Amino acid sequence: MKRRTLQFWLLGFLLLAVGPASAVLEVTVTEGVTGAIPVAVTPFAWEGPGSASEDVGQIVGANLVRSGLFDVIARERLPQAPDGPDGFLAERWAAVGAEYLVIGRMRPDEDRVLIEFHVFDVLANQRLGGFRIPVPVDMLRRGAHRVSDIVYEQITGDKGAFSARIAYVGVTGQGDERRFTLEVADSDGANPRTLFRSNQPLMSPEWDPDGRDLVYVSFENRRSEVFRHNVETGARSRLAGFSGINSAPTWSPDGKRLALSLSRDGTPNIYVMDLETGGLTQITRSNSIDTEPAWSPDGDVLYFTSDRAGSPQIYQIRLPAGTAQRLTFEGSSAGAAAVSPDGKSLVYVQGGEGGLRLARLDLETRRVTLLTRGRYDKSPSFAPNGSMIIYSTTDRGRGILGSVSRDGRVHQRLAARSGEVREPAWSPL
Amino acid sequence: MNTAIRWGLVLLMAGLLAACAQPKRDLTEAERQAMEVAAAEAEAAERARRDAEARGLGVDRDLRADPLDDPQSPLAERLVYFDFDRDTVRPEFIPMLEAHSRYLSQNPGARLRLEGHTDERGTREYNLALGERRAQAVRRIMNLNGARDSQLDVVSYGEEMPVAFTQTEESWARNRRVELVYDVRR
Repeated sequence: MKRRTLQFWLLGFLLLAVGPASAVLEVTVTEGVTGAIPVAVTPFAWEGPGSASEDVGQIVGANLVRSGLFDVIARERLPQAPDGPDGFLAERWAAVGAEYLVIGRMRPDEDRVLIEFHVFDVLANQRLGGFRIPVPVDMLRRGAHRVSDIVYEQITGDKGAFSARIAYVGVTGQGDERRFTLEVADSDGANPRTLFRSNQPLMSPEWDPDGRDLVYVSFENRRSEVFRHNVETGARSRLAGFSGINSAPTWSPDGKRLALSLSRDGTPNIYVMDLETGGLTQITRSNSIDTEPAWSPDGDVLYFTSDRAGSPQIYQIRLPAGTAQRLTFEGSSAGAAAVSPDGKSLVYVQGGEGGLRLARLDLETRRVTLLTRGRYDKSPSFAPNGSMIIYSTTDRGRGILGSVSRDGRVHQRLAARSGEVREPAWSPL
Repeated sequence: MNTAIRWGLVLLMAGLLAACAQPKRDLTEAERQAMEVAAAEAEAAERARRDAEARGLGVDRDLRADPLDDPQSPLAERLVYFDFDRDTVRPEFIPMLEAHSRYLSQNPGARLRLEGHTDERGTREYNLALGERRAQAVRRIMNLNGARDSQLDVVSYGEEMPVAFTQTEESWARNRRVELVYDVRR
């Protein structure tokens, strides 16, 4: 029997310093899955005065369902509610169809809450692990995401991504009253914080590999320019304000360079900026539109959108300066590629008769699979563990976020109560 | 939404997309000739006006109503519309652009911002580039007609600043535009 204590309190939850909580995103699972692993998650008992501020068991269950790999057994069907490891009776859990069981309890400890939980393999009648994690009192929800990550890893062997956050653009009002905000929220849309407000458009947020800074495009000077913004301190600087458009910034995996699209010489081409020196290296030289660069995880290849062959399609170029090679041939257009964390596939926006949808291209077999069925599905971003893709879509003309599991089976929508949300970017872990 | 309606919409959109999917082209020879002729005519008109002014027949510009505010003038038109995923300026907009070019050549201090926009069909960053290409296409035509480069600023907003919000061909057509915005009028 192994017992681990994870001290992640010092790793630090980043407190977002700016702005009151804005519109909370509401999550709806629109399409579930059959054949997922059945898991039981008990309510986490609260061993203190009053009651817990968050239903940790519920958050963990919802996270597991969102991953597409799990089916969580309804609470009213749970046969017993053990809060410690000793009362576990495998046959009672097997009888309700659970293959895994998560039990937990919480105890206040000065300004922290200790969350203790255990993961059981019901079929093997074995405890996989027990954990105790301390979290600040006001960050119980983040604690629940961390519990979810550990449970996910215990069962699948892969890292969870529930503790990662998402950045996105919010839009409210119309005409001259339109306001744009840069928001950062938990991966399930909870705890949104406004990082930046503008009455001019904001676009294309992307995280640095450390999860500390965002880059994005702002029109605050009435033209597209690229800014860097520290999520913790709010420190902000302009990285690219050349003549023409400055757009589509994305950090290299080592965090030292930025790929972006600049039209300083007349037509948009892909450049790489050295963030230490500010020096630019031109990667593509075409008279077409070359934009939306995305790095391979090893930093050796850039994928990008180009209309050099007439319609926009996705190409790859080996750095420092290879020959561009076309990758997409299906549909009438392709763009906005996101690279899976393992580097083996791209998820991109495919244009066709039904509109814009997400498709996945396996880079080895070149097989293309459609993942979504919307008409305006755009801006895909991979969860850092590759399990899910979050993207922009619309619901009756209103901009909302959608998420889809890697296999295309589980679909969800994240909508703001008011206004629109778009261009989500999943943070690293 | 009921399934039949949804499929109806899908088919409708498919038809619209197919209708728009013609190959790209640069200015045709006919358009180029039309522009050259128009430019020559404009030049002749301008010469005649200067001659008249030299003879003391010119109207004092400060006493005259600003032609930019005259609803009857082609200068009152400030919008150029485009086909889907295209940056070709359609022939019907050439006379209006010539009028603005003439105005700019007559008012060397005037500055015009060309704001390129797209519809929402396409990825956002690609649309930002497409909006710029549309504004550049307008600038080329205005350059050919006498507006100086220093008088023209090209800006693209891509799909970020729509003026029509329904997901219909009518709205998309209104959003695929270059707006002419005078930052300095004379």
